[in-house]
Amino acid sequence: MATETMGAIAAPAKPIKSELFLSRTRAAMIFLLPMIIALLVVAGWPLLRTIYFSFTDASMTNLAAAKFVGFHNYLSWTQLKSGKIFWSGVLADPAWWNAVWNTIRFAFVSVLLETIAGTVVALVLNAEFKGRGIVRAAILVPWAIPTIVSAKMWGWMLNDQFGIVNDLLLKLHIIDTKIAWTATPDTAMYAVLAVDIWKTTPFMALLILAGLQMIPKDIYEAAAIDGVHPVKVFFRVTLPLVRPALMVAVIFRLLDALRIFDLIYVLSTNSAATKTMSVISRENLIDFDKFAYGSAESTLLFIIIGVLTVLYIWLGRVNLEGDAR
Amino acid sequence: MAWAVTKRTAFYLLVIFIVVESVFPFYYAILTSFKSGTALFEVNYWPTMFSWDNYAAVFQNGSFPRNLLNSVIVATLTVALALLFAVTSSYALSRVRFRGRSLLLLTILSVSMFPQIAVLSGLFEVIRVFGLFNTLWGLIFSYTIFTLPFTVWVLTTFMRELPLEIEEAAIVDGATPWIIITRVFMPLMWPALVTTGLLAFIAAWNEFLFALTFTSSNATRTVPVAIALLSGASQFEIPWGTIMAASVIVTVPLVVLVLIFQRKIISGLTAGGVKG
Repeated sequence: MATETMGAIAAPAKPIKSELFLSRTRAAMIFLLPMIIALLVVAGWPLLRTIYFSFTDASMTNLAAAKFVGFHNYLSWTQLKSGKIFWSGVLADPAWWNAVWNTIRFAFVSVLLETIAGTVVALVLNAEFKGRGIVRAAILVPWAIPTIVSAKMWGWMLNDQFGIVNDLLLKLHIIDTKIAWTATPDTAMYAVLAVDIWKTTPFMALLILAGLQMIPKDIYEAAAIDGVHPVKVFFRVTLPLVRPALMVAVIFRLLDALRIFDLIYVLSTNSAATKTMSVISRENLIDFDKFAYGSAESTLLFIIIGVLTVLYIWLGRVNLEGDAR
Repeated sequence: MAWAVTKRTAFYLLVIFIVVESVFPFYYAILTSFKSGTALFEVNYWPTMFSWDNYAAVFQNGSFPRNLLNSVIVATLTVALALLFAVTSSYALSRVRFRGRSLLLLTILSVSMFPQIAVLSGLFEVIRVFGLFNTLWGLIFSYTIFTLPFTVWVLTTFMRELPLEIEEAAIVDGATPWIIITRVFMPLMWPALVTTGLLAFIAAWNEFLFALTFTSSNATRTVPVAIALLSGASQFEIPWGTIMAASVIVTVPLVVLVLIFQRKIISGLTAGGVKG
């Protein structure tokens, strides 16, 4: 929407094929070319090659000798002498499906909780009070800290023997024995979720705050005069009006959560309870030298994320080009 | 009256909680980084000792100063390249009307949201073919995938909002598009350039997956990889003190930058909607 109207102003309303118009278009193409070439070399072509490798028997040391093997990496079977059929390939790999499930569970829970926490922080920042600047500065700190650093910081705080989290929880009598948060399969996912929510709530809060600030103040004045309960105002006025901004914020976070790698790689290394699609793909690609197999997993990851994104945009009727930004 | 007081107290308790919860982990990392010896393994909530031992250890660790320099080089050049490409192309995308423009913009947006792992094996091949494996250039090259789409997107949004009249005046005076960009738009775009440049810098500074995969020696690693791989004498002896000191060293510049440019960063984040 916005693109079209702005474009109409920027260029002549009726495209008159004047000398000026043509030279402008030509210049535009020349300006765009380096960017398009750069993106093709660094994104488009590598993506196609990843998909190609997933249909070959490529190994990291000898990429050139890769031979086409069809769907072998995805799904294949061999019949044993006894007549039993033995399935192999990514689609028959329980470790892969465990990673898919971990990723989706992680993305869903983290984005949901971040949205709630982000809304609360945004509402606080939208209120007028002394020290608002301090709060805004403070919430930027987790955002500014590199993910690897926050993983290490929290890894230390969640340390089973010397961690401050266990110490605090023991002092408050919430737990009675020290817990190895990142190493225990039952708690590893909670640890990862806690760190991720801590780190990305600021981003969510800032995007929602931008949406909140676009709501005209007189709506609230009208509601106050009519004596509408604040809770009702929130659900009937604030939430519907902030929805477009919220939907865009959620999709950005969702895409980010679905490809999570670094936090999990560092915080709960090698734990099957938290291994996500990105982690398992890279492990096969590089560490285990199953280059083709890892490529198949990367391709599936790309497809899964693509499908989820399209579903979200379609179901949520998100307007990525609109004024929601 | 009592109700109003309770409400106010509850609100300020929430505010205090938000602030403490946001800042505490970083505070605790700083606190830990100044402890040495056995003091490291006592849990303290307030500073108890002040020793520079861990910082000395970090800089004597051989490769850490080199890693720090690598990070500075990679992030700076990545930003410079991204801005150079983005300024010209965002002019074309915001000011000139041509067929397929909306589609191109959407494609750029979707590239910025790409799962990096999906291009990892293909990019690995490209980097090896170009002979960039285990070099800083390989990182600068691969970081284009997330810095360029983001800068193009934000700068396009910004340029659209600049008044049309300035450009029209320049066209009437016979200025070419190149002159329009360099002489008319650039001076107006400094705020946007600073914002996007800063966000791209932070993204490149923090990047981990490519840096981990496309480098293989201590001399070419960037800081996040170096920190992730810091290890002690044995597997069970994690040097927490040194790790925290290294963490504080790489984070302090970022936190300072972010606090100085607070407003710009917030506007850039909300315009681009991209996590740095």
